[in-house]
Amino acid sequence: MATHNLIQTVTVGAGGAASVEFTSIPQTYTDLLVLYSLRGSQAQVYTQATLTFNASSTGYYWKMLQGTGTSIGNQAVTNGSSIGGFNGTGSSATANTFGNLRLYIPNYASSQFKSCSINDVLETNASTTYMALVAAVWNNTNAITTITITGANNWVQHSSASLYGIKNT
Amino acid sequence: MPTKLTINCTTGERAEVEMTAEEVAQQEADASAFAEEQAARQAQEAAAAEAKASAQAKLKALGLTDAEIEALIK
Repeated sequence: MATHNLIQTVTVGAGGAASVEFTSIPQTYTDLLVLYSLRGSQAQVYTQATLTFNASSTGYYWKMLQGTGTSIGNQAVTNGSSIGGFNGTGSSATANTFGNLRLYIPNYASSQFKSCSINDVLETNASTTYMALVAAVWNNTNAITTITITGANNWVQHSSASLYGIKNT
Repeated sequence: MPTKLTINCTTGERAEVEMTAEEVAQQEADASAFAEEQAARQAQEAAAAEAKASAQAKLKALGLTDAEIEALIK
Protein backbone atom coordinates (compact mmCIF):
# COMPACT_ATOMS: atom_id res chain seq x y z
CA MET A 1 0.00 0.00 0.00
CA ALA A 2 1.35 3.40 -0.96
CA THR A 3 2.00 5.73 1.92
CA HIS A 4 2.26 9.50 1.72
CA ASN A 5 4.97 10.95 3.93
CA LEU A 6 5.08 14.68 4.50
CA ILE A 7 8.65 15.79 3.78
CA GLN A 8 8.28 19.53 4.25
CA THR A 9 5.58 22.18 4.26
CA VAL A 10 6.11 25.91 3.98
CA THR A 11 3.94 29.01 4.19
CA VAL A 12 4.88 32.32 2.61
CA GLY A 13 5.41 35.11 5.11
CA ALA A 14 4.28 38.72 5.25
CA GLY A 15 6.68 40.00 2.60
CA GLY A 16 5.59 37.51 -0.05
CA ALA A 17 7.99 35.54 -2.25
CA ALA A 18 8.36 35.39 -6.02
CA SER A 19 9.40 31.78 -5.88
CA VAL A 20 9.08 28.77 -3.56
CA GLU A 21 11.75 26.11 -3.83
CA PHE A 22 12.23 22.68 -2.25
CA THR A 23 15.90 21.68 -2.32
CA SER A 24 17.87 18.56 -1.34
CA ILE A 25 14.82 16.35 -1.83
CA PRO A 26 15.50 12.88 -0.36
CA GLN A 27 15.87 10.14 -2.99
CA THR A 28 14.24 7.48 -0.83
CA TYR A 29 10.72 7.52 -2.28
CA THR A 30 9.28 6.35 -5.59
CA ASP A 31 7.03 9.34 -6.37
CA LEU A 32 6.57 12.93 -5.22
CA LEU A 33 3.38 14.88 -4.66
CA VAL A 34 3.26 18.63 -4.03
CA LEU A 35 0.08 20.36 -2.92
CA TYR A 36 0.12 24.11 -3.44
CA SER A 37 -2.28 26.78 -2.21
CA LEU A 38 -1.34 29.89 -4.15
CA ARG A 39 -2.44 33.47 -4.56
CA GLY A 40 -0.32 35.90 -6.56
CA SER A 41 -0.07 39.67 -6.50
CA GLN A 42 -0.63 39.98 -10.26
CA ALA A 43 -3.78 42.08 -10.85
CA GLN A 44 -5.79 39.45 -12.70
CA VAL A 45 -8.25 36.71 -11.76
CA TYR A 46 -5.53 34.19 -12.49
CA THR A 47 -1.78 34.61 -12.33
CA GLN A 48 1.04 32.96 -14.17
CA ALA A 49 2.90 30.09 -12.54
CA THR A 50 5.91 28.21 -13.85
CA LEU A 51 7.70 25.12 -12.65
CA THR A 52 11.30 23.98 -13.02
CA PHE A 53 13.36 21.04 -11.76
CA ASN A 54 16.95 21.22 -10.52
CA ALA A 55 17.08 24.92 -11.57
CA SER A 56 17.24 23.78 -15.19
CA SER A 57 15.91 26.05 -17.92
CA THR A 58 15.88 23.57 -20.81
CA GLY A 59 14.08 20.49 -22.06
CA TYR A 60 10.49 20.94 -20.90
CA TYR A 61 7.64 19.65 -23.07
CA TRP A 62 4.07 20.21 -21.95
CA LYS A 63 0.44 20.31 -23.02
CA MET A 64 -2.33 22.16 -21.21
CA LEU A 65 -6.12 21.88 -21.33
CA GLN A 66 -8.07 24.64 -19.63
CA GLY A 67 -11.71 25.37 -18.87
CA THR A 68 -13.14 28.70 -17.74
CA GLY A 69 -16.76 27.81 -17.14
CA THR A 70 -17.69 29.35 -20.49
CA SER A 71 -14.90 28.33 -22.84
CA ILE A 72 -12.04 25.91 -23.27
CA GLY A 73 -8.45 26.43 -24.31
CA ASN A 74 -5.28 24.53 -24.89
CA GLN A 75 -1.59 25.21 -25.28
CA ALA A 76 1.44 23.13 -26.12
CA VAL A 77 5.12 23.95 -25.74
CA THR A 78 8.08 21.95 -26.98
CA ASN A 79 11.56 22.26 -25.51
CA GLY A 80 10.55 25.17 -23.29
CA SER A 81 12.51 26.78 -20.50
CA SER A 82 9.94 25.83 -17.84
CA ILE A 83 6.57 24.12 -17.40
CA GLY A 84 3.65 26.53 -17.62
CA GLY A 85 0.01 26.55 -18.58
CA PHE A 86 -1.22 26.36 -15.01
CA ASN A 87 -2.04 29.23 -12.70
CA GLY A 88 -2.48 30.51 -9.19
CA THR A 89 -5.33 32.74 -8.12
CA GLY A 90 -4.60 36.40 -8.90
CA SER A 91 -5.24 39.49 -6.84
CA SER A 92 -8.37 40.45 -8.83
CA ALA A 93 -10.12 37.32 -7.59
CA THR A 94 -12.34 37.37 -4.50
CA ALA A 95 -10.30 38.54 -1.51
CA ASN A 96 -8.57 35.91 0.59
CA THR A 97 -9.15 33.07 -1.87
CA PHE A 98 -6.32 30.81 -2.99
CA GLY A 99 -5.93 28.48 -5.96
CA ASN A 100 -5.42 24.76 -5.43
CA LEU A 101 -2.68 23.01 -7.38
CA ARG A 102 -1.55 19.42 -7.32
CA LEU A 103 1.76 18.33 -8.85
CA TYR A 104 2.52 14.61 -9.19
CA ILE A 105 5.95 13.32 -10.22
CA PRO A 106 6.34 9.55 -10.61
CA ASN A 107 9.81 7.95 -10.58
CA TYR A 108 11.51 11.23 -9.77
CA ALA A 109 14.77 9.52 -8.80
CA SER A 110 15.07 7.38 -11.92
CA SER A 111 17.62 7.76 -14.70
CA GLN A 112 14.88 8.18 -17.31
CA PHE A 113 13.18 11.35 -18.57
CA LYS A 114 10.76 12.74 -15.95
CA SER A 115 7.05 13.03 -16.50
CA CYS A 116 4.63 14.92 -14.29
CA SER A 117 1.04 16.06 -14.17
CA ILE A 118 -0.47 19.21 -12.72
CA ASN A 119 -4.06 20.08 -12.07
CA ASP A 120 -5.31 23.35 -10.70
CA VAL A 121 -8.59 24.95 -9.75
CA LEU A 122 -8.68 28.65 -9.01
CA GLU A 123 -11.02 30.18 -6.50
CA THR A 124 -13.15 33.27 -7.00
CA ASN A 125 -16.80 34.13 -6.49
CA ALA A 126 -17.62 34.89 -10.14
CA SER A 127 -19.09 33.19 -13.18
CA THR A 128 -15.70 32.79 -14.84
CA THR A 129 -12.87 31.01 -13.17
CA TYR A 130 -10.15 28.72 -14.38
CA MET A 131 -9.18 25.09 -14.08
CA ALA A 132 -6.37 23.39 -15.95
CA LEU A 133 -4.69 20.06 -16.55
CA VAL A 134 -1.06 19.94 -17.62
CA ALA A 135 0.90 16.89 -18.74
CA ALA A 136 4.64 17.44 -18.98
CA VAL A 137 7.95 15.75 -19.62
CA TRP A 138 11.35 17.03 -18.64
CA ASN A 139 13.87 15.57 -21.06
CA ASN A 140 16.55 15.04 -18.47
CA THR A 141 17.82 11.85 -16.86
CA ASN A 142 19.04 13.41 -13.60
CA ALA A 143 17.17 12.60 -10.43
CA ILE A 144 14.97 15.47 -9.30
CA THR A 145 16.46 17.11 -6.22
CA THR A 146 14.94 20.59 -6.48
CA ILE A 147 11.41 21.77 -7.36
CA THR A 148 10.78 25.47 -7.93
CA ILE A 149 7.49 27.22 -8.57
CA THR A 150 7.65 30.86 -9.62
CA GLY A 151 4.93 33.46 -10.04
CA ALA A 152 4.63 36.53 -12.25
CA ASN A 153 5.18 38.78 -9.25
CA ASN A 154 4.95 37.57 -5.66
CA TRP A 155 3.11 34.71 -4.05
CA VAL A 156 1.33 36.51 -1.26
CA GLN A 157 1.36 35.79 2.47
CA HIS A 158 -0.34 32.52 3.49
CA SER A 159 0.37 30.84 0.15
CA SER A 160 1.69 27.40 1.00
CA ALA A 161 3.32 24.29 -0.40
CA SER A 162 3.53 20.77 1.03
CA LEU A 163 5.88 18.16 -0.41
CA TYR A 164 5.03 14.47 0.09
CA GLY A 165 7.15 11.44 -0.67
CA ILE A 166 5.27 8.34 -1.75
CA LYS A 167 6.50 4.80 -1.42
CA ASN A 168 5.12 1.32 -1.26
CA THR A 169 5.51 0.09 2.29
CA MET B 1 15.49 42.04 -6.43
CA PRO B 2 12.63 39.51 -6.05
CA THR B 3 13.07 36.91 -3.34
CA LYS B 4 12.89 33.15 -3.29
CA LEU B 5 11.77 31.08 -0.32
CA THR B 6 13.90 27.94 -0.12
CA ILE B 7 13.38 24.88 2.04
CA ASN B 8 16.15 22.32 2.41
CA CYS B 9 14.26 19.03 2.64
CA THR B 10 17.15 17.21 4.27
CA THR B 11 18.02 19.69 7.01
CA GLY B 12 14.72 21.54 7.27
CA GLU B 13 16.58 24.83 6.94
CA ARG B 14 14.54 27.66 5.44
CA ALA B 15 15.90 30.81 3.88
CA GLU B 16 14.66 33.80 1.97
CA VAL B 17 17.24 34.68 -0.67
CA GLU B 18 17.40 37.11 -3.55
CA MET B 19 16.79 35.54 -6.94
CA THR B 20 19.80 35.47 -9.26
CA ALA B 21 19.94 37.61 -12.40
CA GLU B 22 19.35 34.44 -14.46
CA GLU B 23 16.28 33.56 -12.42
CA VAL B 24 14.87 37.07 -12.79
CA ALA B 25 15.51 36.96 -16.54
CA GLN B 26 13.68 33.63 -16.68
CA GLN B 27 10.77 35.05 -14.70
CA GLU B 28 10.53 38.01 -17.09
CA ALA B 29 10.70 35.76 -20.16
CA ASP B 30 7.95 33.56 -18.72
CA ALA B 31 5.83 36.63 -17.96
CA SER B 32 6.25 37.86 -21.52
CA ALA B 33 5.26 34.47 -22.97
CA PHE B 34 2.31 34.30 -20.60
CA ALA B 35 1.08 37.77 -21.64
CA GLU B 36 1.35 36.81 -25.29
CA GLU B 37 -0.53 33.55 -24.77
CA GLN B 38 -3.14 35.30 -22.64
CA ALA B 39 -3.78 37.93 -25.33
CA ALA B 40 -4.24 35.19 -27.94
CA ARG B 41 -6.57 33.27 -25.62
CA GLN B 42 -8.68 36.36 -24.89
CA ALA B 43 -8.93 37.15 -28.61
CA GLN B 44 -10.05 33.57 -29.24
CA GLU B 45 -12.68 33.80 -26.48
CA ALA B 46 -13.93 37.16 -27.80
CA ALA B 47 -14.18 35.78 -31.34
CA ALA B 48 -16.12 32.75 -30.07
CA ALA B 49 -18.53 34.98 -28.11
CA GLU B 50 -19.03 37.20 -31.13
CA ALA B 51 -19.73 34.23 -33.40
CA LYS B 52 -22.23 32.86 -30.88
CA ALA B 53 -24.08 36.18 -30.65
CA SER B 54 -24.13 36.47 -34.43
CA ALA B 55 -25.52 32.95 -34.82
CA GLN B 56 -28.23 33.63 -32.23
CA ALA B 57 -29.24 36.84 -34.00
CA LYS B 58 -29.53 35.00 -37.32
CA LEU B 59 -31.62 32.25 -35.76
CA LYS B 60 -33.91 34.86 -34.24
CA ALA B 61 -34.26 36.56 -37.64
CA LEU B 62 -35.41 33.21 -39.00
CA GLY B 63 -38.27 33.25 -36.49
CA LEU B 64 -36.97 31.03 -33.68
CA THR B 65 -37.97 32.03 -30.15
CA ASP B 66 -35.40 32.62 -27.41
CA ALA B 67 -36.43 29.31 -25.80
CA GLU B 68 -35.90 27.45 -29.07
CA ILE B 69 -32.51 29.03 -29.58
CA GLU B 70 -31.54 28.20 -26.00
CA ALA B 71 -32.62 24.59 -26.58
CA LEU B 72 -30.47 24.41 -29.69
CA ILE B 73 -27.25 25.67 -28.13
CA LYS B 74 -27.42 23.66 -24.92
